[in-house]
This record gives sequence, C-alpha cells and structure tokens, in this order.
Amino acid sequence: MPFDPDLGAIRFGTGLSPAVPPPADAASMLSALAGPDRAAARWPIPVFAQAEPTMPDMAKLAKERRNAEKAGIAEDIAAVQARYVVQRDAARALGLANFGATVARGIGAEDAFRERLTWFWADHFTVRAKQGIIAHLVTPYVEEAIRPHVGGRFADMLKAVVTHPMMLLYLDQSASVGPDSRAARGGRKGLNENLARELLELHTVGVNGPYTQDDVRQMAELLTGLTVDRMDGFAYNPRQAEPGAETVLGVTYSDQSSLETIFAALDDLAVNPATAQFIAGQIAGHFVADEPDPALVAAMAATFSQTGGDLAAVYATMLDHPASWLTEGGKVKQPLRFVVSALRALGVDADEVAGATPQTLRQRLQQPLVLMGQTWEKPVGPDGWAEAAGAWITPQGMAARINWAMSAPGRLVKDLPDPRDLVLTALGPTPPDPVVFAARAAESKVEGVGVILSSAAFQRS
Amino acid sequence: MALIGMNRRKFLLTGAALGCSAAASPLLTPVAFASAPWDNRLIALILRGAMDGLDAVQPYGDAAYAGLRPTLAAGEAAADLDGFYSLHPALAPLMPLWAKGELAFSHAVSTPYRDKRSHFDGQDILEAGVAALGTGVRDGWLNRLMQTVPGVSAETAYAIGREQLLILKGQADVSQWAPDTKLELSPQAKRLLDMVFHDDPLFQQASSEAITIAEQIAADAGGDATLDSDMAASPMMAGVQMTGDHVKLAEFAAARLRGDTRIASFSIPGWDTHNAQSGPLGRALGTLSDTILTLKAGLGDVWGKTAVVCMTEFGRTARENGTRGTDHGTGGAMVFAGGAIRGGRVVADWPGLADGDLYAGRDLMPTRDVRAHAGWIMRGMFGVDSGVVERAIFPGLDLGADPGLLL
Repeated sequence: MPFDPDLGAIRFGTGLSPAVPPPADAASMLSALAGPDRAAARWPIPVFAQAEPTMPDMAKLAKERRNAEKAGIAEDIAAVQARYVVQRDAARALGLANFGATVARGIGAEDAFRERLTWFWADHFTVRAKQGIIAHLVTPYVEEAIRPHVGGRFADMLKAVVTHPMMLLYLDQSASVGPDSRAARGGRKGLNENLARELLELHTVGVNGPYTQDDVRQMAELLTGLTVDRMDGFAYNPRQAEPGAETVLGVTYSDQSSLETIFAALDDLAVNPATAQFIAGQIAGHFVADEPDPALVAAMAATFSQTGGDLAAVYATMLDHPASWLTEGGKVKQPLRFVVSALRALGVDADEVAGATPQTLRQRLQQPLVLMGQTWEKPVGPDGWAEAAGAWITPQGMAARINWAMSAPGRLVKDLPDPRDLVLTALGPTPPDPVVFAARAAESKVEGVGVILSSAAFQRS
Repeated sequence: MALIGMNRRKFLLTGAALGCSAAASPLLTPVAFASAPWDNRLIALILRGAMDGLDAVQPYGDAAYAGLRPTLAAGEAAADLDGFYSLHPALAPLMPLWAKGELAFSHAVSTPYRDKRSHFDGQDILEAGVAALGTGVRDGWLNRLMQTVPGVSAETAYAIGREQLLILKGQADVSQWAPDTKLELSPQAKRLLDMVFHDDPLFQQASSEAITIAEQIAADAGGDATLDSDMAASPMMAGVQMTGDHVKLAEFAAARLRGDTRIASFSIPGWDTHNAQSGPLGRALGTLSDTILTLKAGLGDVWGKTAVVCMTEFGRTARENGTRGTDHGTGGAMVFAGGAIRGGRVVADWPGLADGDLYAGRDLMPTRDVRAHAGWIMRGMFGVDSGVVERAIFPGLDLGADPGLLL
C-alpha cells in the first residue's frame, strides 16, 4: 500500500482534524519538517536558560535562604521564605503552561510529524526532574536539546543531550569525578557510571550492542569533566576529568582530556553500526508496529549508516517503505497521543487549551493521564515509556481511557460534534461498521463521542 | 455477586436484540468464581531500580564491610539483627516483626542475570523467572504457577497498579487493577463499547475485565468500609510514616486478599541510588516498611497465613562509588515478611567481602538464586511439587537445599 494521507496523519501525526488537512504525501511531510517550526513560534515554550525561575535564580535564592537560616534572624528567614513560595509557584505555573503548550501544538500543528518526533526523541532521551523544584525545566530541555535536532543529525542531538544540565543531573554525571583527577582529592570523590551505562544501553548501541562492563567503565572515565554549574549551566571542568586515554568499543581516544575528546567518542558512537540498527528499530517500533518488519528496520538502518545518521533521510526511507503502510498490526496510541488526537478530532481550539486555567489542565488532562498510566514527564526510569500495546491496554488503563472519553469532551468542548460526523472526522472516510452503528445508536451526544473515542479503531493507528 | 449476574443477564438480552454476537463476548459469559485451591496468601513485591542489599541489611560483622562503605555504613544507628548483620535505620519500624519472627532476609542472592547490569533486562529476567532473555519464554513465573494449578479463577491472582506486571502475564487469567480506577457506565454505553471492541481481542478483554472488576469492587465496597476503618485504628498503622501510592496499593492488595484472592503483586520504584544514596535509599526503605505494615494491618487474621516476598533485579556495587552512592552490581538481598514466615533470621551462604571474594572484583558474589527461595515458598505454601517448580515455573532451576523460610 502506498502513502495514504489519512493514515499518514493518524500514524505519523497527531490524528485527523476538521481544521487541519492531512499531509498530501511523504515529500510534503519532510519539507514541512525541514521548514520553519511554526507550532513552536505560535505556542512558545522557553529554552532552558530562559525558563523562569531559572536554575541560577533558584540557586541564588537557596543561598540566601541558607544564609538567613545561618544568621538566625526570624524576619529575614520569613522574608526569604515568602520569596521562595513565590518562586516555587512560578515554577509550577510554568510547568503547567509548558504542558498546555505541548498539548496545544499537538492539537493545532499543521506539521504534526514534528510534534510526534519531538515526543519520540524526548522519550528516547528521557530526563526526569530529580527534585520537584526543577520539574518545570524538563520541557525546556526538550525544546532546546531535542526539538531543533529531530530533523537533523543524530550525532548533534546526542551531543546536545549529553551536554545538557538536565541530563547531566538526571543521570548523575555532574557529580562523577575521575578517581585520579584533581577534584577527587585523594579518593574522597570518584566515578559514577550511571550516564555512561545508559548512553550505551538506551541511547546509542542498545542493550544487545557490542559493549561490556569494561566499556561502561571506560566510558564513565571518558565522560568525567561534564558537569553542571548551578550559576552557569553546563560546564566542562578539567579538574574532574580522569587523566589518560580511554578505550571504548575498541577505539582509544586522546589522552588529552577535553570536551573535544568526549565529542569525538560521541561522534563515533552516533554512527556505530549497532547504533544505526538500534535507532532504526526504535523509530519503526514507535511509529509503525510494536514488532516492525525486519526489512523496514534494515532499510532504515542502511540509510542511517549511509548518511552518517541523517534522521530526515531515515524518516524518508520509513515513509517510502510499503511495510510502513500496512493496516494490520500497527500501534496503540500512548495516553498523551490519545488525548491530543481526541481533542484534535473534536475540533478543539488549540489556543484555548494553551490558555486554559491550571485547574482545567490538571483535572481534565494531567490527572486522567496519570490514571491512564502516563504521568506527564514522569516515566519510571531512563528507558521512558513502554511501546507494547499490552502495556497500555490493561483493564485499569482501559477504564481510565473510557472514563476520559465519556466525560472530558463534554466538559471541555462547548459544542460537541454530532457523533455521526465525528466518526468520519476522527476515523477517516471508511470507519468500521460497528463504530458507525454505535455512533448512531448512542443515547446522547456525550456517549456517542465517548464510544467513538474509546473504540479500538480510534485508539489504534 | 448476584447483582453482577443480573446486570450481565439484562445485558445479554438487550445486546442480542441489538444484533451483536453476544455468545462470543467474554463480557457476556458468566464467570464462575470458584474458591481458590488453597488458603495461604503470597504477595510478591518487585523493588524496581536495584535495591542495595548491602545497605538495607548491613553485614557489619564482615571485616571488609566498613572499608568498602566509608560513608554509607550506618554503624550504631543500624539495629543489630544477629551479631553479624544489622538493619538500615529506615527499616527500624519493622523491628517488632523481626522480634515476633515475622520478618526474615536472605543475602548474597541474585537471578542468573550477569554482567550487563541493565535494570530493564534484569527486571525482565526476574519476572520471567528465566536464566536468560531470548529463550522464547514470554510469560511471568507467577502466571506459570497459576497455569499448573487446577481450580483457579481470574480473581485468584491480582496484578496491582497502573503498570503491566510481567511476573503475572501469561496464559492463565489473572486480574489487573489500580486502586484509584473507577468505571461507571450506562447499560447502553456498555453495549455499544462491547460492539466497537468486538473485533479486537486486546481491547475487548481489557474493557470487559475493567467492567467486571469495577462492578465487583463496587459491590464489595459496603463490606470493606468497616474493615478499612478498623485498619486505620490498628496499632500497626502507627508505624506508617508516609502516604502515597504504595499505601494505596497495599490497602487494595489487602482488601482483595481478604476475599478470594490468593496471590497479589505490585512494584515499588525508587531504588536506583547512584548518588548521595542515604537520602533516596532511606525514602525507598521507608516506603517498603510502610507497605509491609499496611499489608499486615489490612490483612488482619489473614496475615497469619501470608508470605510477602520482596525481590529486586540485582544488587549494587560492594564499594560505594565516588558520589556516595552505588552503581549496578550483582548479588543483593531479599526481604520476607508475614505470619507464614519463619522469621528472625538472615539466610545466606555468606561469600565474604574481601577483594578476592567479590564477583568480577566489584560486586557481592551471589551464592543463591532468588528463584530458589521463591520456589521453596511456593512449594511450602501451595503444595506445588518440586519437579513442577524446577520444570514449569522456573525452567532449569535447581531448587537446592530447603532454606527453611516457612514455618
């Protein structure tokens, strides 16, 4: 089966919409991706250094707080505490606004493939806020380290991620110190393997890749020096760097510890054949099928290798491959995508979502996502969210999806569409007969809408 | 029960009138709730993230221990267990159980997983109960237990929480639910949902189970209200430090296990303590302690025939790392609690912590398989034959000598 616009919008975008036409062909999807990022301009999310309160803002206030507590003057402590509450509330408000903007982009985007790619890569390079106070900085990390690179080169995204304060904090690299470095102070500080291991296992060559515990250890030594300065953000601190040359996956890198040496290793990792294979499998496994056709993965991996990790070329191979257009198999929408595609199909105004009250965003969207098993920006581990359909379509997950489909649209949308129309808007011109019948037979608009959005036909892609 | 049966019957009649194929729908098939084939209860807790067994149960009697853990060894703050091991201070609320013989540990244990130390593969191996991944075994070992026993129903085993638990996944019907999930639907909505899921077994089964469980829990709710208030007043709950998902999960598990459920499983995250471990590990151990105390309080008399088995994917490095934490290791510890446990003991073939004793020069050497301990518990509690454990539940396992974990 060749390119199909409706399936293209559903499988590679955020679904069909009464307002936004589906992509005409693969070329237009890719040229939109290469063009300006209109959704980001329309529903802005600040980059890390401008997301207020910023990390330096918070570090400064924390220092003032410690000083006030040390001095022990009650009035000063109360004053700094009051400012802390203001700062914390501002952080929470931005976190929620970032969520609203993410959902709005999904609902309103003309170039919805970019939104899906952003979600995919943010999950591939999962970051969680280690402390609640920096939770509002996760979306800015995605905006800065992931989104600009989703149509670019894998190596560039990898380097942006590995030098980002949020990743360095999340996987403990910021505290890792070469055992023989100056900062180790005779062994009082030392190595932490966390980022090095996940870099190999999750980010590049994959858990079945050609690495051993020695490679993890060498990689951890090689990465020393990457750290976070609470005032300046990302920093390379040579005092933390382990002296000497490290060997990772058979390549020995310069004995001159530097950011360039680290980048050399990341550039190699980014184009390792195992990385090509692993990344191709991850992309196809996310967009096309839980267990994608090996021929599709092989074709994508070959493109990855031939182009040195040019992601747009890898997507082009995917969109051109017949296995990407099979209607059997496919994927189940993860909860965020389910909710966004439902709102998009209902014709919800993206600007209204971006400007919704905190209470609406929490009660109608964030809380239901928790019950569906996908708490916003809080996957359990650095491997991110599960891909397999069975991980989501459990009794409890299904109950949460049905509950939301039956109740939220009626509360979020002023004029619910006629279910007989929605069945075509949401599912395309040839919806399955039982869903058409159910849309007609429902006792109320709300229930008709609920049944359509709950249907397997809508939740699969 | 009668109420659910009636609803189903009405559904059947109108569903048929609407023209959908009622007979093939699991939603419309009356489910026989047989009482379970045994009376003992097993709760399997998965500690996700790799618990540092050497910090939870500290072998302070090993001469090398203090040197390996210069900032982590708790010293006198840890409660002495038996003159060799001591308990992390965050587990202190469990000391009354230790004193009563309702709490035990095993040490220097692991699954057969070695060397790559990936959480995710490690957890899959733990829950699949196999020696390695990629052997074609795709179900979980508690599900395989269910497959070997006649007379079980879906309600016999419960996977609790929003995640899918591999340990209970497989051919045998089990129930899955998260405590804060509710589902109330009009009869017409149920009929229409059944229709739109009809051609899709995954959706059909999940939604029909959701409807059945939600109705059953609603029907049970009247009876549970008194028990829940009893529980809040129980002196055992005084030790519970925190509120959170784990308490809800434990309360829900206890409520199910007071009824026809015999096996329950859920997970507790938060054990991946690479950095400044004392904070996060203290919180995770507090969560575990809360969970066990909530289960005990919630189970009431049933606690006497209960075994709680806590397992993690692997242990952590014997030496603390350069950031006052620990990295991924091999040998670790298990926690056992319940009235069915022969407690007050740490069971281990202790390998020692001297340089030459460590696995790969860095990890606690595992001397016993986690699966053997779980296997002996199933054998003792459910009367499962050793051969069935070694062939069907844990293929290829050698159970070895009885660790004597049960009364």
